[in-house]
Amino acid sequence: MLEIKCPYCGSRSQNEFSYGGDSNAKRPELGKEVSDKDWDNFIYLRKNPRGKHSELWHHVAGCRQWFKVLRDTSTHEIFKTAKLTDEL
Amino acid sequence: MTQKYRLDKEGYINREKSISFKFNGKKYFGYQGDTLASALLANGIHLVGRSFKYHRPRGFIGAKEDEPNAKVQLYKGAKTEPNAVATEIELVEGLVAKSQNCWPSVSFDFGAINNFLSRFFPAGFYYKTFMWPKSFWYRIYEPIIRKTAGLGVAPLKPDPDRYEHKFEHCDVLVVGSGPSGLGSALAAAKNGARVILAEDKSKFGGSLLTDQVTIGNKTGKEWADETVEQLKSLPNVVIKNRSQVFGYYDHNMMVMFERTKDHIESPNKYIPRQKLWYIRAKEVLVSTGSIERPLIFGNNDRPGILLASAAKEYIKKYGVLVGKKPVIFTNNDSAYDTAIEFKKNGISPLVVDIRKNSEGAAVKEARGLGINIKFSHAVANTKGYLKVNSAIVGKLNNDKSGYESLENIPCDCICVSGNWTPTVHLASQSGNKLKFDEIISAFIPNQSRQNETTIGSANGSFTLKKSLEDGFNKGFEVSNKLTKKNIKSDPPTSNEKSYDNYEKFWCMPLPENKQYKRCVDFQNDVYVSDIELAIREGFRSIEHVKRYTTLGMATDQGKTSNLNGLQLVSNIENKIVPEVGHTTFRPPYTPVTIGTIVGREVGKHYRPTRKSPMHSWHEKNNAVFVDAGLWLRPRYYKQGNETLQQAAKREGANVRKNVGICDVTSLGKIDIKGPDSAEFLNRIYTNAWMKLPVGKARYGVMLREDGMVFDDGTTTRISENHFHMTTTTAQAVNVLAHLEYYLQVVWPELDVNVLSTTEQWAGAAVAGPKSRELLKKLFPEMDVSSEGFPFMGFKEENLSGIPARVFRISFSGELAYEINVESNHGVFMWEKIMSLGKNMGIQPYGTEALSTLRIEMGHVAGSEIDGRTIPSDLSLEGMLSKKKDFVGKRSLNREAFLNPDREKVVGVIPVDKKTMIPEGSHLVKDKNAALPNPKLGHISASCWSVEYNNPFSLAILKEGKKRIGEKLYALSPLKNKSIEVEVVSSHYVDPKGERVRS
Repeated sequence: MLEIKCPYCGSRSQNEFSYGGDSNAKRPELGKEVSDKDWDNFIYLRKNPRGKHSELWHHVAGCRQWFKVLRDTSTHEIFKTAKLTDEL
Repeated sequence: MTQKYRLDKEGYINREKSISFKFNGKKYFGYQGDTLASALLANGIHLVGRSFKYHRPRGFIGAKEDEPNAKVQLYKGAKTEPNAVATEIELVEGLVAKSQNCWPSVSFDFGAINNFLSRFFPAGFYYKTFMWPKSFWYRIYEPIIRKTAGLGVAPLKPDPDRYEHKFEHCDVLVVGSGPSGLGSALAAAKNGARVILAEDKSKFGGSLLTDQVTIGNKTGKEWADETVEQLKSLPNVVIKNRSQVFGYYDHNMMVMFERTKDHIESPNKYIPRQKLWYIRAKEVLVSTGSIERPLIFGNNDRPGILLASAAKEYIKKYGVLVGKKPVIFTNNDSAYDTAIEFKKNGISPLVVDIRKNSEGAAVKEARGLGINIKFSHAVANTKGYLKVNSAIVGKLNNDKSGYESLENIPCDCICVSGNWTPTVHLASQSGNKLKFDEIISAFIPNQSRQNETTIGSANGSFTLKKSLEDGFNKGFEVSNKLTKKNIKSDPPTSNEKSYDNYEKFWCMPLPENKQYKRCVDFQNDVYVSDIELAIREGFRSIEHVKRYTTLGMATDQGKTSNLNGLQLVSNIENKIVPEVGHTTFRPPYTPVTIGTIVGREVGKHYRPTRKSPMHSWHEKNNAVFVDAGLWLRPRYYKQGNETLQQAAKREGANVRKNVGICDVTSLGKIDIKGPDSAEFLNRIYTNAWMKLPVGKARYGVMLREDGMVFDDGTTTRISENHFHMTTTTAQAVNVLAHLEYYLQVVWPELDVNVLSTTEQWAGAAVAGPKSRELLKKLFPEMDVSSEGFPFMGFKEENLSGIPARVFRISFSGELAYEINVESNHGVFMWEKIMSLGKNMGIQPYGTEALSTLRIEMGHVAGSEIDGRTIPSDLSLEGMLSKKKDFVGKRSLNREAFLNPDREKVVGVIPVDKKTMIPEGSHLVKDKNAALPNPKLGHISASCWSVEYNNPFSLAILKEGKKRIGEKLYALSPLKNKSIEVEVVSSHYVDPKGERVRS
């Protein structure tokens, strides 16, 4: 079980959090034309790197804040966590 | 009763306290401090089980957790436990154990016929033999194999014991209390670290309990006892025996189980049987010691053949001789300590040593004691069916490929030693890439991936001096990283025997023209010939050889067999072991009971139960409850001998005729506040929200980004910047997370706050033609006319002095209202409604009637909003705004979603108007078509229509409404039903929705 440092609450066990996927996936702006391909990429396609991955986590059993985590997908090492407004 | 193999002295047992126990139906005695294994051996019993595949007689091999053979079934009934390891079970009065995998008895086992047929069952015989005919696998092969596959029997009754979980944090966790473990714990504790020391056995000390060594001016055992006392007196140390750290997980999460009950004669019934500890340790010191390796020779798996270290342990810890005519067979010096212990207790052993000579201190001592030693000799084969009775010993020729001469030496036990294997399991689990150490011919930890350090013999240092130094130094180093106190403790001086080199030779040759079985993996019955076969058949990767032969895959995880297997593969392939590599170590290190893993999360404690504030009222009024997620909701209120269906019909009919009341507290409620709230709703929901007036509610549908319907519900504008959203019970939690995601991640510029208020409001739905009359009674001041309070209206009212929110919304399709009050007034509201509605024939209705009412009205719910349907599938296309964008809109014009053939919601009635259609039935055109019968759709929800008094179902059907009027078949192979049905509109009752607006 990972230990994740919530930028608001501090270090907590993984079972307080839920995973939210790649933090670099940006939703296309509302009302803008989006091609089928771009939309499909946004909905379905994510990079699946072995190694460093910046991702979103949600502190569901805590402060209910979403935040960013830089994690190694093969070793689970967590290098850094940050508020959404901060750089990882 | 005499224990023939018990010594008068030696051992840490209490000879004053005799303990009786039963093994295979017979009563025996042992002493307090015994294990089941030592007590059986004291009574001369070696035969404890049968091998897995060939049912060969098997006895003890080890004295601790490495034991591969002595797996027994404990006790009977609900308390029974399969696959318990006899060497790990502390003897307790009344213990009952029996052998596994044998019938009718362990000494006469019918399955032993497999041994004579063994040439038909080599490695991989499953894959070769049971391939054809294909249909035989499920019906014939598998059931037979399952029956004969040899492990214990799981209990059939619920576990009567309690198990607990505990969470702990510490600076340093030390696993194992041998010299390095004790030393490191002491050094770390003195340096100010918070330390947990865990020892699997009942006694602390590890090898110090059995080795003839001195530390300072004390014996090893005295030093261990003193150090344990010292640790116990320190406030920053938690020291636990009977506690096995079995798993090393990410971020230094260590999991340990503690045995708290089974060793106590009459335990307090309130103490848990075992505890599972989750320990988050900043640093872990692995001092798990090492395990002796067996040697491989002909028929090396007979009862009475065991590890030399185990024989020594039985003498030193339990005062038990494993035999009185021992042969000791070794490739190293450590087995000589066993020989010396035998000799000291009046038994003359014969030592058979592969090596040409040795100048080690123990060998010299043995010579001095007059022990007979045969150098350059090996045991080639053994005899004795139920117990070994002789060893065939031969002089090895120069290249060790055969024997110069063979002789038969009578014996009653053979103690073997193939040198030591560090216990690297935890280090490997943590991600440490092990390296092969040529000096000890075994794997040791290399580069740590987590904060773990392996010390002592687990790290390949097999001398006491090195272990103590390692322990004290590493204990200081890792603790100082955390405490920075620089309080260093020096290791004490120690004295031990010197050891000469061992011979790198494990697998004895077969005598000429002999085909004796040579066992590598005792528990899984893997022999040298199986490994040779696997390699002949082309398996190269050690992982493949492992799976093909099942080497090391038993519950002992190959503790005694893995390295010998690797060595064999590397010898056959002419490779060196590091090239062959090793298989992966996985937790748990030793078997853990399921009860411990589950802990208190059993039955109703599996997850929390949510109850509405009116729950006690429902209970008093004969409610039968149903689980709705975590909630307990009244399913129906039972009257007399009513069935569920009768009650649902009565309650539903009363809503259609008079008025009913339903507890809707469990519906999700989310408070939405802030200047951008309307804009936010406009983006989340598919329909328009900007112009919703204050005091009005609106039905809304929300989608996922992929276009599937996510949830629906009504949202009310309480004031300009304040909304009250409702969700379905099932999705309440997910909807809140969804809203938070969009507000925090996607549109942080919106000034909106969301908060769950589900538990803050008690909700009652009042539905039926008489509900307006009832509302008037509840709120005498209120204008309840359709003009004054129209459909989708909202008002804040006063219920006899209590603030109440009144909504004119309907799920049942009848004229209906929903009243919310603060939760603590829920019962007051409910009773008020019941008493004022009495004259109107009010009755409470449960979820079953609620479902009936919504189904026959054609309102979609969770069974239709199943994550696979888009709005048009559910006749919700009218809810889609064309003027604005919203979450999921872009997905709706994807090609597949525009396909006119899509499955869409319709109604379905049985042609006979009598037969209920099982939910989940498939709709097909031809009930007799060849399988697989093309599926046109499925039944999503069924009810007995109270309006028409016949069954009615909702279905998701290909081409949807186009098929209205068609006759199809609903097939339910599970219920063995085939029902002719007619497709009708999903809006079976009041299709124009006039009632809700009346």
